Amino acid sequence: MAITLSGDQAIASPPLSSRLTPAQVWGIVLLAPYFLVFLAFVVYPVGYGLWLARNPASYVALYNDPIFARAAVNTLIFLVIGINIKMLIALFLSGFFAQQRPWIKWLSVIFILPWAVPSIPTILSVRFMLNPEWGMVNHFIFNLTGDDGPNWLNDPTVALAMAIAVHIWKSLPFWTLILLTGRLAIPHDLYEACDVDGANWWQKFRFITWPSMQTLYITCTLLSMIWTLGDFNSVYLLTGGGPADLTHVLSTLGIRYLRLDQLSLAMASIVCAMPFVLPLVYFMMKRLSR
Amino acid sequence: MKLPTLREVGNEAKLLLIGIPVFIWTMIPIYHMFLFAISPKEDAFSGKMWPDHPTLHNFHIVFFQEHYFLRDFWIQFWNSTVIALAAGALTLFVATAAAFSISRLKVPGGRWVMNLALFTYFIPAAFLAVPMYRTMGNYGLLNNHWSLILAMVTIASPYAIWVLKQASDKLPVELDEAATMDGATTLQLFRLVYVPLMMPSLVAIGTYAVLLAWNEYLYAFLLLSNDREITLPVALGNFLAADDSPWELLMTTGFIYALPPAAVYYAFKRYMVGGLTAGAVKS
Repeated sequence: MAITLSGDQAIASPPLSSRLTPAQVWGIVLLAPYFLVFLAFVVYPVGYGLWLARNPASYVALYNDPIFARAAVNTLIFLVIGINIKMLIALFLSGFFAQQRPWIKWLSVIFILPWAVPSIPTILSVRFMLNPEWGMVNHFIFNLTGDDGPNWLNDPTVALAMAIAVHIWKSLPFWTLILLTGRLAIPHDLYEACDVDGANWWQKFRFITWPSMQTLYITCTLLSMIWTLGDFNSVYLLTGGGPADLTHVLSTLGIRYLRLDQLSLAMASIVCAMPFVLPLVYFMMKRLSR
Repeated sequence: MKLPTLREVGNEAKLLLIGIPVFIWTMIPIYHMFLFAISPKEDAFSGKMWPDHPTLHNFHIVFFQEHYFLRDFWIQFWNSTVIALAAGALTLFVATAAAFSISRLKVPGGRWVMNLALFTYFIPAAFLAVPMYRTMGNYGLLNNHWSLILAMVTIASPYAIWVLKQASDKLPVELDEAATMDGATTLQLFRLVYVPLMMPSLVAIGTYAVLLAWNEYLYAFLLLSNDREITLPVALGNFLAADDSPWELLMTTGFIYALPPAAVYYAFKRYMVGGLTAGAVKS
């Protein structure tokens, strides 16, 4: 193995200059493990990947692959519709969980479960629930209406909607919790002043809650978009990209090409996702490294 | 005792109107998994909300590996455990050292490395997976547990460093100065002052890294393929490949697999929520 995490290399290198204090030398030694991990598992793979994707022919092939266009559109739908629905629900629920009730405290403990348990068994569980023949959902619909329910994962539009629902199920608790933290930080006397003036709930939200939480809400939405771009599980485990490869998103598309042994296409599809990713990353970096 | 007013009852009803759907929405997939796990094969597909004859037989089959899909269950469970613990320990080591170096020792270039780490944190893991898979092949680590451990350290460290740096910036500098005056070396400072003070954050970050590695599916299924090397999630994913998969056993295995992270989460909830949400989004 090429990597040692003990930082021996940094010790062996000659002292940079006599101006370095012993503390700074230790600083370099202690920073070395992460730096080596970064070089070996981020810089080298990314550089190598870009090198693999250098051939313009891959981009032409990608452009001509209808699955790529479909995946790009699906990704946009996921980001624009899915994320906004999720964050609005999270904003709403953060208000619900801010209410002081013992039973709401208990509910919040249960509510966190989707985030705490691994995706694979729960997403597969949803997949079985949606099975048209013996799934729980269609059993339920049959008992209620006497008709067969839809074939949930066979229609690409419905299947994509279900993948978004699974994504929301999984990550809603986390964002609700973050927004709840933000909401609880709002000074209580602002609301009391509002009550004295006879404001209704909408005015309280409009003039106090939203202005205090706006920045947090937008940061969360952007961060959630970045992570959603990398959300492989929701789509892959629920639909496998199907039916007929029509529910792929950019993160599953790369893996699909990889499995088909088309490595340059896999890398090219990731490079093509960068126009989505980099502006978001730039914005987040600016916000967080202040 | 004062009777609730009509207005209070109305308010409570409105809250319940939100609370009940939230509860059902949250629990349904988990309950469905549990239902399959306690249902005998015949009952599993009947669509009933509770099986006629609930049984622990499925657990027996899984624990005693009495099905060819499960013949390596305990080895896979062990693989998951070892990889999660190793990734957690390494991440803690790498991230604590880096955070101490950047935040307390003010190492030249530290801020720069911090930003590189932050940048990695924002690169979606699924996009890094393809090149990472190839380079793990170049390093000759494919199908070796180290590949997954190191991949998880790469993914977990940036956030870990960032959270730990935020936390350690809050420790007063005077502590370091006092210890140095008393003749502590840098390493003693690290071991005897820094690490004990950072304990709550370290617990949060360690838990985070362990859970991340235990729950990881994508990297695990790319990097490991041999039946005796794979982790539990990959084994679960492999069930999908077969047409005649025993779904009730799959859900039972999934249930067993999901229990440890849920238990760990609740055991360390105090640290997790404080440590992680504080660092997650700075506004």
